[in-house]
Amino acid sequence: MVSEAGVGPNILLAVKQVPDVSELRLDPVTHSLLREGVPSVLNPYDRYALEAGLRLKEIHGGRLTVVSMGPPQARKALQESLALGADEAVLLTDRAFAAADTWATAYTLSVFAKTIPFNMVLTGLKAIDGETSQVGAELAEFLDIPHASYVRKIDLRGDMQGVTIERQLENGYDVWELPLPCLLMVAKEFGQPRLATLQGYIRAKRQKIRILTAHDLEALGANSAYFGLKGSPTFIPKVSPPPAKPPGTIWSGDPKESVRKLVDALSREGFV
Amino acid sequence: MSTEKFDAIVVGAGPAGTSAALTMAKGGLSVALIERGESPGAKNVFGGVVYKWPLEEMIPKFWEKAPIERKIIDHRMVILGKDSGFSVSYKDDYLGMETRGGFTALRSRFDPWFAQQAEEAGATLVTSMPVSEVIEEGGRVVGIRAGRGKENELYAQAIVAADGVMSTVLQKAGIRGPPAAEDVAIGLKEVIELPSDTIESRFNLKRGYGARLDYLGSVARGKSGGGFVYTNSNTLSVGIAVLLSHLLELRCKPYEILDEFKSHPVVAPLLEGGRVKEYQAHLIPEGGLQSIPPLASRGVLAVGDAAMLCLYPEGTNMAMASGVMAGKTILESKKTGDFSIQRLMLYERLMKESYIFKEHSRKKNYHNVLTSGDRFNTDYPDAITEIMRNILVVDGVDRGTKHAAARKVIRDKVGYVRVLRDLYRDIWSALPW
Repeated sequence: MVSEAGVGPNILLAVKQVPDVSELRLDPVTHSLLREGVPSVLNPYDRYALEAGLRLKEIHGGRLTVVSMGPPQARKALQESLALGADEAVLLTDRAFAAADTWATAYTLSVFAKTIPFNMVLTGLKAIDGETSQVGAELAEFLDIPHASYVRKIDLRGDMQGVTIERQLENGYDVWELPLPCLLMVAKEFGQPRLATLQGYIRAKRQKIRILTAHDLEALGANSAYFGLKGSPTFIPKVSPPPAKPPGTIWSGDPKESVRKLVDALSREGFV
Repeated sequence: MSTEKFDAIVVGAGPAGTSAALTMAKGGLSVALIERGESPGAKNVFGGVVYKWPLEEMIPKFWEKAPIERKIIDHRMVILGKDSGFSVSYKDDYLGMETRGGFTALRSRFDPWFAQQAEEAGATLVTSMPVSEVIEEGGRVVGIRAGRGKENELYAQAIVAADGVMSTVLQKAGIRGPPAAEDVAIGLKEVIELPSDTIESRFNLKRGYGARLDYLGSVARGKSGGGFVYTNSNTLSVGIAVLLSHLLELRCKPYEILDEFKSHPVVAPLLEGGRVKEYQAHLIPEGGLQSIPPLASRGVLAVGDAAMLCLYPEGTNMAMASGVMAGKTILESKKTGDFSIQRLMLYERLMKESYIFKEHSRKKNYHNVLTSGDRFNTDYPDAITEIMRNILVVDGVDRGTKHAAARKVIRDKVGYVRVLRDLYRDIWSALPW
């Protein structure tokens, strides 16, 4: 394959494979997620980041590399990225990476990112399984580049010297200018992601996914003590569902009487 | 982007389609295997038995690696009365060796494994892609469409329609219409979870071995229908099938028939304590020989359920065998470079000489048996119950008198002539063996 590096921006996109939530079930006894047999799909939030990468490629050319850290079945998410038009896919997979928290995940991704030239890193806003929204920012820190989240519009300067973005806020939007390279966490307001085509899937099937193991990353200078569970500073003592809300109280009847009861209750609880 | 042309496109990655794709890929053809489900096995339903033949032809010693639930050594046929059951069973470890008596499987495991064999042989499997249209040129089908635009088109020298009983490909190509209500049964199936040692003690089985129980008679309120209980590793596949036209006459919900079957006194104890894990429903081709569409027409080869190749109680073997023959036909075309409609007719010739057509011809009265009369669903089961109850209750009446009463029951309920005619002809269409 002829390298297109240097022609347009080199964009690195980090994606995650997540269980298909529409097929998730809870164990009725332990209340834990039953993951067995649940198909994995490309994290829906990552589709917006992928769409952003594809649109930038359409305008500026360049090269879009997709990387994921995960079990072997993450191939499917990468294959889908290739089907949609990514140029290359890389899977970081090893038992040593298992049970990584966001810090260890971001570290592992950063080791790979440092081995390739990039002008921009894209991620989704968060993953639908963990919902932490941390990996993007942490990856930017490991790479020592600025980042922005909730990105809804990206204007890349043709000279690759900077980028103007819009950030979605609750009641409006920010306009930021960032130098390159930078990391952008793309929001769903960016626009509707495209669907893969039959020809796209067939092309994707023929592309090889590059596999890197813990050993490979160590050879690239990674510290294996930072991988996976043992590299994760996060400790989860317990997972519990949110407590059920206590039922509310309704006073009906005479309004004056009801108000008096309400005031009594509020003062009893120390609110007034 | 250049649109490349495959040697063959196979629509549907079930047993039939995958067999065709595997056969062709092994022969060095470029094959696209297109599946609408997220993975093979996600959208289709079967009772649960796969057979050694013709799987072994494609994957020698498959039993050492395929996701087999249990190897079937115990075959039981049960004629249900309203509250009773008359069983004939044959149990033989010989049938368990190399899965000679078939094996139980679950679609969600077997189909992906099978399709993977085709992929490893070189076929290109694409999932989550429903084929919606065919592309026609010069009076034949030259490609398929799975969405809008050129990027969703695909062309090939030959098309294999393995997209099931409702086959979009055959319907869009005008080769057949939707199946008639009397040519299909609605099949309902539950996968019921039970610990494997419970299954083994309840069905009197050794670890790894299984039983298949096929139920006839009073399954569907006197209409044409059958039931089954198949043992998997730690689940049972339990289901019924009722002729769609009969279900319409019954004016009931299909799951009511399934619930009645599950609570039948002969069936219920087998399922006791089990938890329903999955619920599935699908149409099953039951039209027999006369419902088989043109097998090779306009560049399309019809295989499996798309070609209505089901014959109670077998289906997966016919699906696979037809897939293999379609694959071989296209391989022949590739050799000579002749993909003409005429040349593809070889498939139909191969099929007509095969087990599939011999079986269909032998059971050519099958459809008649299903649609006409209710002696197999009501008269015979009632007669059997009455005779057996009378004979097996010891009440001081001598057997000679009881046998005479039994003859009277047969005469009154069905008539000797009818019995002789059925024995000579129709019964062999109605029985699973």
